[in-house]
Amino acid sequence: MADPEIKSYAPHHESQSAAVTESRPAKAVLMIVTFAFLGIFLLLPLIVVFNEAFAKGLSAYTEALTNPDTRSAIHLTLLVAAISVPLNIVFGVSAAWAIAKFEFKGKAFLTTLIDLPFSVSPVISGLVYVLLFGAQGLFGAWLKAHGIVILFAVPGIVLATIFVTFPFVARELIPLMQEQGNGDEEAALSLGANGWQAFWYVTLPNVKWGLLYGVLLCNARAMGEFGAVSVVSGHIRGLTNTMPLHVEILYNEYNAAAAFAVASLLAGLALVTLVLKTLLEMRYGAELAATRGH
Amino acid sequence: MTTAPAKAGWRFRQPSVIPGFGLTLGFSLAYLTLIILIPLSGLIWRSAALGWADFWAIATDRRTINALEISFGTAFIAAAVNVVFGTIVAWVLVRYNFPGRRIVDAMVDLPFALPTAVAGIALTTLYAPNGWLGSLLAPLGIKVAYTPLGIVIALIFIGLPFVVRTVQPIMEEIDKEVEEVAATLGANRFQTVARVLLPGLAPAIVTGFALAFARGVGEYGSVIFIAGNLPYKSEIAPLLIVIRLEEYNYAAATAIAAIMLALSFVMLLVINLVQTWSRKRYG
Repeated sequence: MADPEIKSYAPHHESQSAAVTESRPAKAVLMIVTFAFLGIFLLLPLIVVFNEAFAKGLSAYTEALTNPDTRSAIHLTLLVAAISVPLNIVFGVSAAWAIAKFEFKGKAFLTTLIDLPFSVSPVISGLVYVLLFGAQGLFGAWLKAHGIVILFAVPGIVLATIFVTFPFVARELIPLMQEQGNGDEEAALSLGANGWQAFWYVTLPNVKWGLLYGVLLCNARAMGEFGAVSVVSGHIRGLTNTMPLHVEILYNEYNAAAAFAVASLLAGLALVTLVLKTLLEMRYGAELAATRGH
Repeated sequence: MTTAPAKAGWRFRQPSVIPGFGLTLGFSLAYLTLIILIPLSGLIWRSAALGWADFWAIATDRRTINALEISFGTAFIAAAVNVVFGTIVAWVLVRYNFPGRRIVDAMVDLPFALPTAVAGIALTTLYAPNGWLGSLLAPLGIKVAYTPLGIVIALIFIGLPFVVRTVQPIMEEIDKEVEEVAATLGANRFQTVARVLLPGLAPAIVTGFALAFARGVGEYGSVIFIAGNLPYKSEIAPLLIVIRLEEYNYAAATAIAAIMLALSFVMLLVINLVQTWSRKRYG
């Protein structure tokens, strides 16, 4: 029964009239600037990584990756991520539960403290552990007397990695859980669920995609961290070299092909992270806090 | 559970039927204290133990001052470049439809995902005198790799997503009617953008600048390969910390770190002030 004329009038308002968009030449200039800028600063470095990695052929590439030092670096990187990421998941979920589900004094301050590692230089994140556990450090003498090695060994690398990846899961979950409110949990509790059941069967399914999103970013940083780990690692080949540190050593030895071969694995990890992240945003954008800005 | 009205006066937390407050807050605080707060206070304690005279001597050392100047100067320039291009990129991503827009949008996050050391060696190879871009710039007399200009390039790479991702969501929220009103009142497109749209975006742009700047000041991995690391000329503050540590000069490393930390906190404060101010002004 609707008047066709009124019907056709409605979308007219939404159309891009000349007044609210740029002229064609201006548009073209902005597009060209964008593509040139992103091409030079983002795409070219990425292409260089793979180009250099295969510069000496496929056999040199596989040889660089099967080298024992490289393999031990890969193992160490996986080990460090496998310890630090789960610990930060437990912390992130726990902090988000406390902050999002309850009202208490000092909440804003606590949220600020959680973000602290993002505003600290990675080098300083490593330095603080040297000051605690190093030979001249606060606990240095005590650790030495008890034969405990933290610095220039795996525990130090794990600690530094936890420090720099600390906020990722929490800062994704807190706004998400705040937005979802307590209604679902309260309903579950009133139906006889205990707190653990409410978390496991109600909260967790509600935030799973947000959690995955946070874990993805946390893992990428954990595997790729350079500055903090560099300070606490001691750079012992085959023992305390993570993949990024191994890239540095190979590069400084003028073994560019091998350095880029290892770097190509890390670049691959970055690309996989970006693809998964984009898929999550496309598929579950409405359920993610990060896609709505902060 | 009680139905009595809540007692007036100070209470640490509002009553709630949700369990687990003590457990989760206790664990979070313990973890935060062990991993972040104790190590950071160790740094403050160490630098306080230095004494004012020693601290001042390190802080006013020519090499320290130059390193801080280089770190803050290059980070400032890079953040300024990113403000211009990052805002354009965000605008194109928000307003224009073109094939592959989603891929371009995803690409913007590459600097977040790519390990800094990988970015460092890739940029160095690219801008080295025999590299793809370095060989183009060499005949023009422009040297990028192993100069402060190289540091700026690395920091532009690192800082770009901070500006784009801060400005983009605010651009998406712009009400088209505002632009229509401006146009109806006789503004041309340039006037609309410059006088109507940009003021609304300014707080987000400033925040993006501050985030990119703060990140650039502390950046290490992507810079050290391309910088050349000449003392007094192209040596960044984080590298000087590492050098002092390798010399077992904990005092100097601690003092420089404390200065950087203090300056970063000032930055954080400024970001918060800008955000509060913009919320007040633009709702």
